[in-house]
Amino acid sequence: MFEEDKMREVLRGKEEWEEKLNKTLARTPQIKERFSTVSDQEINSLYTPEDIRDLDFQGEVGFPGDYPFTRGVQPSMYRGRAWTMRMFSGFGSPADTNKRYHYLLSQGQTGLSVAFHMPTLMGYDSDSPLAMGEVGKCGVAIDTLRDMEILFDGIPLDRVTTSMTINPPAAILLAMYIAVAEKQGADKKKIGGTIQNDMLKEFIAQKTFMCPPKPSVRVIVDTIEYCTQEVPKWNTISISGYHIREAGSTAVQELAFTLADGIGYVQAAVERGLDVDSFAPRLSFFFNAHIDFFEEIAKYRAARRIWARTMKDRFKAKDSRSWLLRFHTQTAGCSLTAQQPYNNVVRTAFEALSAVLGGTQSLHTNSLDEVLALPSAESVTIALRTQQIIAEETGVVNAIDPLGGSYFVEALTNKMEQEAMAYINKIDEMGGIIAAIEKGYPQNEIAKAAYHYQQQIDREEKTVVGVNKYVMEENISVETLKIAPDLEEKQIAATKEVKKNRNNDNVRASLDKVRAACKGNENVMPHILDAVREYASLQEICDVFREVFGVYRDPGMF
Amino acid sequence: MNSEVKTRILIGKPGLDGHDRGGKIIARGLRDAGFEVIYTGLHQTPEQIVNAAIQEDVDGVGLSSLAGAHNHLFSHILKLLQAKGAGDIVVFAGGIIPDDDIPGLMGSGIRMIFHPGTKIEDVVNWVKINVKPRS
Repeated sequence: MFEEDKMREVLRGKEEWEEKLNKTLARTPQIKERFSTVSDQEINSLYTPEDIRDLDFQGEVGFPGDYPFTRGVQPSMYRGRAWTMRMFSGFGSPADTNKRYHYLLSQGQTGLSVAFHMPTLMGYDSDSPLAMGEVGKCGVAIDTLRDMEILFDGIPLDRVTTSMTINPPAAILLAMYIAVAEKQGADKKKIGGTIQNDMLKEFIAQKTFMCPPKPSVRVIVDTIEYCTQEVPKWNTISISGYHIREAGSTAVQELAFTLADGIGYVQAAVERGLDVDSFAPRLSFFFNAHIDFFEEIAKYRAARRIWARTMKDRFKAKDSRSWLLRFHTQTAGCSLTAQQPYNNVVRTAFEALSAVLGGTQSLHTNSLDEVLALPSAESVTIALRTQQIIAEETGVVNAIDPLGGSYFVEALTNKMEQEAMAYINKIDEMGGIIAAIEKGYPQNEIAKAAYHYQQQIDREEKTVVGVNKYVMEENISVETLKIAPDLEEKQIAATKEVKKNRNNDNVRASLDKVRAACKGNENVMPHILDAVREYASLQEICDVFREVFGVYRDPGMF
Repeated sequence: MNSEVKTRILIGKPGLDGHDRGGKIIARGLRDAGFEVIYTGLHQTPEQIVNAAIQEDVDGVGLSSLAGAHNHLFSHILKLLQAKGAGDIVVFAGGIIPDDDIPGLMGSGIRMIFHPGTKIEDVVNWVKINVKPRS
């Protein structure tokens, strides 16, 4: 990037500065020996043109909306349209959550994001014995299409987009969503949204799993194939690093394992015989925004570049939309503290800012009380306002990729790309991501990193304000959301009522067809759609999956 | 602890909750401190945890929950331990447990509840003092 004689000047200047620095340090040493990111990646004291001397501007940085998209996926970025402000939300009964959605939309939120309760996430109905004590606790209870009709009552599905954080039963919730849209009279070719549908990271990190990896990926490819033809605006998968990071990975591990999962899905779909350009534009990603500001920005920039290169060179995608890594971001739940909880507002604001400077397409900001319980309406409003302040007051959206060209940020972007590629190559050598997961490789790398970080905090090498420094005696009094104690009973009664009043012969027949599709090679999606229209429950369909594909058990490594 | 009988601890993840970062860190921390640690893995029913505790003849059980079902799951585990004559196993817990729920849980027999932000060392020291090999 720099001419030879200019570079010599830089190097001479740097030597002179280093001499001065050493004299200063002899008098006043650094406050610590080693400076590193929250991921314990060492950072130099200064970055200069020397650190990016080999950087090829056109090939590696370039322009927003142009390959390799380091600077963003659209030519206009936030000058054209702000990111989508999408607050993850769901609790209690479908009616409770529906009320919250109407409130959030009235406050300027631009997309919905559904949090399901644990039984739904794991493929059980509220009336299952395994759901006892869990109904409506950390998300909304959805058992049948009836619940989904209530959840979206009065919300026009052809006008809002909805993201659903759902994995093993993703195909079923998508089918329910399509069925509700149909009942509203919306055209399924026009509805937009996202299902998370990323099982590989479940085995690696989030741990809501049901069937083993291989059949899980088969059902995912079924949904990709179905949506490509029938629901073309739907993001069929949200390939997620968020949970990998929350489980304690480093930033590089988050980057590497997420993209390795993405490679795994593309590979599986190509092996099915799908044309890469038919489905790749609908793949989307989901990253964490952790507390280490520059590391995060570099991570997003590196992610876009690696994905563009992978899709173009490895999978030979020709459509430029297939090269784009579009992503949602959520600020890091694991960076929040129960101690002095109002500090969480500040943490979340910095994290959100890093996501914006990194070019995110949509954003969830955590509420200050999320470490204590599900967020109250008041704290959700502060979190949403945080995004609106970044978008409309701070001026950071005025220039696209404002940190592009920073010696530090470009050098860090390069370094993270190299380190992530080393992981991806290693996973390829192991036979791909499914083989690596079966060996427990990513799981173990993350567990090691999590333990290392906790030890650093315990030794006070890393500061967490209010936890290991600036600690106060306090009575934490934040008004938190309480779930009504009779909710479980009511939800169970409602589901039993639906199961009694539907046509149970039709339900059985539709489940038989789902079973036959699972056993054979036929795409399961149309059969699931028929079953949910008959009000077959989530668990009834998942029980068919479990019966045909088997159940995955946590190997319990630590 | 070298020449003595090692204290045996079971770390359990009851219910459908998938948050295992904390539980696994505590399992590693206790193992590194010289305890014999058994980790159940995720998604265990109260019955499975109690059966494992008895079969493995553990001295203490640490329960982790971050998804809000602790009241039901923890108290059910304590009742089952009592019913199976293993009420002397020391039960402690950690995770996201709202303050309002703590008196009830302590009353049902949980000996200690650790909040997010607790040092590994503090958990280890508490276990060293409060959990001894059962005779």
